[in-house]
Amino acid sequence: MSKILTAENISRRFSPHVTLGDRIARLFGAKLDRRPVMAVTDVTLAVQRGETLGLVGESGCGKSTLGRMLAGNLEPSEGAIRLNGAPPMQAGRKTTTHIQTVFQDPFASLNPRRRVGETITEGPIAHGLITRSEAAGFAGEWLAKVGLDPAYVSRFPHQFSGGQRQRIAIARALAMRPEVLICDEPVASLDVSIQAQILNLFLDLRQEFGLTTIFISHDLSVVRHVSDRVAVMYLGRIVELEAAAKLYAAPRHPYTQALLDSVPKLSLEGNIGVSFKPISGELPSPLSPPSGCAFHPRCLKATDLCMTERPKLELDDEYGAVACHHK
Amino acid sequence: MNPALLQVRDLRTYFETRAGTIKAVDGISFTLERGEILGLVGESGSGKSVTGFSLIGLLDPPGRIAAGSVMFQGKELVGLPQAEMRKLRGKRIAMIFQDPAATLNPVLTIGQQMAMAVQAHGGGGDSAALALAARSLARVGIPDAAARLHAYPHEFSGGMRQRVAIAIALLHEPELIIADEPTTALDVSIQAQILAEMKTLAQESGTALIWISHDLAIVSSLADRVIVLYLGRIMEFGPVADVLRAPLHPYTRGLLDSLPAMADPGQKLRQIPGSTPSPLNVTPGCPFAPRCSQADDLCRSEPPPVGDQRHGAFCHHPLPGAA
Repeated sequence: MSKILTAENISRRFSPHVTLGDRIARLFGAKLDRRPVMAVTDVTLAVQRGETLGLVGESGCGKSTLGRMLAGNLEPSEGAIRLNGAPPMQAGRKTTTHIQTVFQDPFASLNPRRRVGETITEGPIAHGLITRSEAAGFAGEWLAKVGLDPAYVSRFPHQFSGGQRQRIAIARALAMRPEVLICDEPVASLDVSIQAQILNLFLDLRQEFGLTTIFISHDLSVVRHVSDRVAVMYLGRIVELEAAAKLYAAPRHPYTQALLDSVPKLSLEGNIGVSFKPISGELPSPLSPPSGCAFHPRCLKATDLCMTERPKLELDDEYGAVACHHK
Repeated sequence: MNPALLQVRDLRTYFETRAGTIKAVDGISFTLERGEILGLVGESGSGKSVTGFSLIGLLDPPGRIAAGSVMFQGKELVGLPQAEMRKLRGKRIAMIFQDPAATLNPVLTIGQQMAMAVQAHGGGGDSAALALAARSLARVGIPDAAARLHAYPHEFSGGMRQRVAIAIALLHEPELIIADEPTTALDVSIQAQILAEMKTLAQESGTALIWISHDLAIVSSLADRVIVLYLGRIMEFGPVADVLRAPLHPYTRGLLDSLPAMADPGQKLRQIPGSTPSPLNVTPGCPFAPRCSQADDLCRSEPPPVGDQRHGAFCHHPLPGAA
């Protein structure tokens, strides 16, 4: 398999903005917390052509920030991203249209004042994929591809339901004929019955267009369903990377194990309907991450070594890796 | 035999809007025994939250209870004057909401808010109220509870804030707690902690719990019985294990089949076609008929009947169920 998208030791730091109000407060002696937050730290990743890579983790683990950097929407503070060997972003300007994103909230990601036909055709026209005269037919075709009536091209977003809007957002992304599609929690705001429809559509389109996909979600069962390979993130770092079937069957990092155990699982066999085990403790603040392995305060297997030395994410083959001293 | 703790009969909550009457809750009946945990499951617009608000008398206009009765320990709550309702609310019936950041007052310390909640129902002096507050915080697993009374809500994480909200609900040892999606805004690991704690708290204190959620798995991990709602009506009800293992209603079956966890990875999910119709034009028969593969003319015209059993479905053509 060839690598299509690679990230080499990328990190992203967010420094707080000092506003006028902050300066005035400081004049009066207020203490300001100016520590930067490391949203993503030292991530190295290679996405293979045609695969679906799932990114999972709890809120604040950096999965969306990593997704935005891979999409070229956000520049890494350190490290480099390459799409087919070239950086997707140069000097603050995105130079490629080969990566498209579908966002979580279809209410916020579509322009409410624009007809959905214009929303779908704007990018392809701007980048010369189609001419203005082809636009109407093109928009209709894409609506049909995502399972909507082509006659809806001149409707506005408010005339659609949440699931239909997410279909439009998918049509907009795919109309650019991207090589890589980044889906950032695309079904998180949808009801289960609608979520199933969108996941099915996604599976169809992925096959039809041979897409490489990065699928970001906090929902472990959704990620398992669509992904070939899964990266588990904790406090800005990838802690385990593994083929989906293997990761869910035999997680090697204690965090992955604990995360999988903490989801209430429906099982229709046996007597007990649902089982789950909570992880102890809380997510530490990313402002002051724990020393050594960031998971050690909540880990049952933690030893002195875990508190002092950070385990490296070691590739044991081309495919899987785990960052733990006691794997 | 004592009457049931809560007896809801044909509850109808309507919202009058310019576009017409929205029947958010359209004839719901159930009973709840002391110490029992009942799950209310449904997708958006199913009326699950409005049911909760109707029970505790927190409906805002244009919402109103159009018909039905809510008997709480033999006392009728529908039409009860606000002053009477206020004596019950927080004391004998408490509610936990989805967003703990919105339910706590940001400019008061946790201790001040909790003391107010204690004293609203005659909880004695300040020091007694604070002591009770600290005990309640300790019960929900907040470390160093007495010191945390002086903290403001923003000093707590999301999971801790929800614990505070639960501690407030537990202050007066209510007979009934209504929890409206209390773990939806939380991460899975925190959600698991809260679910485990709620289960033990309910068992220890004998408090009955109505747990409202869109997630079948979460409800099933807690509840003894479950009610599946769709467009303001009950589709199916029964003990959790029976409903999950042998659903009688095509909608419940469809919901279970839609879950990715129930399918083989990468395979197509069995989806329910269509989307929830507008609550303004619900068909006269079964509300699920337009999306149901088994629907016939009878389903479209006649509301389905239901027997008086432990596990039942409002359906003309129920699935075979347990073999």
